[in-house]
Amino acid sequence: MNWDVMIPLIIFVVLVFAIGFWSSKKVYAKSNFMQEYFLGSRELGGLILAMTMIATYGSASSFVGGPGAAYTEGLGWVLLSMAQVATGYFILMILGKKFAIMARRYNAVTIVDYMKGRYDNSKPVVILSALSIIIFLFAAMTAQWVGGARLIEAITGLPYTSALFLFAVAVLCYVIIGGFRAIAITDAVQGFVMFFGTLILLVGTIIAGGGLPNIMNDLAQENELLLTPFGHDGSLAALYVSSFWILVGVGVVGLPQIAVRAMSYKDSRAMHRALIIGTIVVAFMMFGMHFAGVLARPILPGIEEADTVMPTLAMTVLPAWLAGIVLAAPMAAIMSTVDALLLMVSSSIVKDIYYNYVNPDATEKRIKQMSLGVTSVIGILVVLFALSPPDLLIWLNLFAFGGLESAFVWPLVLGLYWSRGNKYGALASIILGVGSYVAISIFMPEPFGMHSVVLPVALSLVGYVVASLCTPAPALQQVRS
Amino acid sequence: MDRRFKVAHREAWIGVGLAIINFVWWYGFAYGLGSRPVSEYQWVFGMPAWFFYSCVVGSIVMIVLVIIAVRYFFTEVPLEEDNEQ
Repeated sequence: MNWDVMIPLIIFVVLVFAIGFWSSKKVYAKSNFMQEYFLGSRELGGLILAMTMIATYGSASSFVGGPGAAYTEGLGWVLLSMAQVATGYFILMILGKKFAIMARRYNAVTIVDYMKGRYDNSKPVVILSALSIIIFLFAAMTAQWVGGARLIEAITGLPYTSALFLFAVAVLCYVIIGGFRAIAITDAVQGFVMFFGTLILLVGTIIAGGGLPNIMNDLAQENELLLTPFGHDGSLAALYVSSFWILVGVGVVGLPQIAVRAMSYKDSRAMHRALIIGTIVVAFMMFGMHFAGVLARPILPGIEEADTVMPTLAMTVLPAWLAGIVLAAPMAAIMSTVDALLLMVSSSIVKDIYYNYVNPDATEKRIKQMSLGVTSVIGILVVLFALSPPDLLIWLNLFAFGGLESAFVWPLVLGLYWSRGNKYGALASIILGVGSYVAISIFMPEPFGMHSVVLPVALSLVGYVVASLCTPAPALQQVRS
Repeated sequence: MDRRFKVAHREAWIGVGLAIINFVWWYGFAYGLGSRPVSEYQWVFGMPAWFFYSCVVGSIVMIVLVIIAVRYFFTEVPLEEDNEQ
């Protein structure tokens, strides 16, 4: 075991743990437990809001899978990843103040609460939304969890099971006791680690490669297609790359774990600051991480396993202690995604299903026990599944983000801005979105040369509009006051 | 209509506008300059020009536009119900 690398990593985990623990004290001082535990009492300021959105969104794929793909494909993959810059401003601007105001009006704690308020307390809408969140995010979380443990395994040389256990203990503790506030504050720390990790790795890689002109020259000699927007074999077509603007750019509005953050801020000023900070941080992080992946190619030729590019690069071009800091970045990215997903699944079960339909008269104390209990059980279940993930879970994970985007984008966005939209539209949108996404991914992947998510998002829009227009308009007070 | 919603609707449209500018800039430079043969590429700071303008300058432009939009076109409104006029 390499202690120079390990020490910064251990310091990082202990720090996150301590901050999570410290911020959990607030949870028990607040009068409304559910608002606090699942939404941090809507008290986030601008910096924390920006960081928690980016950290939740930036996952194993931005820090491990992405640089690996860029290593293989060249600058064309950096171009593709830059579609994500839009997430820095688009989500908060589109959901915007109206979402924050309406969420307060409906007293919504979760995304499903918002749907319940907007769509006439419709039971089918609530149940379907909650189920999609629980099923898809549980699968996505397991995959991230496996990624986290594999990363620890690669860095430390610990066996997979011990790595998984270590990772699980670190994350579960602060999520279970601290809830949303602990997650948001640790996300801020993790966001900083991700930002500086990217900066150090990018600079270190450019120096190790002998400067940009030198590296570009090496790349051109190996395969000049690496320097074009079209990928290493010329197969990245402009339409295909552009279609990622839906999956990882503007469509991210529909991801419930991101959207819920857009109702957690304190005031308009927090939102304004978060827009600026968020855009700067996400642009730099996505650019730096993926660009470093391309630049790694002449320095570390012939890596077969794309997922090992980023850890190997850090340990090659940086002194061990710096590599430890940089490798804390993907750990941070994974931790900050799984913590948000865990709480999201737990809130769907406790608030959206249990409190809404099973036991609406539950006391504050009962809700508190349920919340801590369900979060713990889900957390432990995920760890058990991650030990040897069932095929069904791996399969579901493939559809998780595209499926949720297709389901929720229109009910959320048009629910805010189109007063004619009603519960039938929302139902049609969810069913068509998820159904067609799964069907297209299986039977007709990448139709017309675009990513599989594009058509379902379009179909889900048509479904929402047509079903809403064919059925009675919603009662006015649902939409306005 | 609630005065705050007028503000919110305008800001959402600004978001749509920014995304369109972002996409056009990103696409225009990448495929406008990047589609020619590599031997005819121009280079800026050691990077191919298409990449520099699309990915590096494009991000900086978006950051500046977001700052301008927030500073000059976004309005602070109360989010709580009881502050409503």
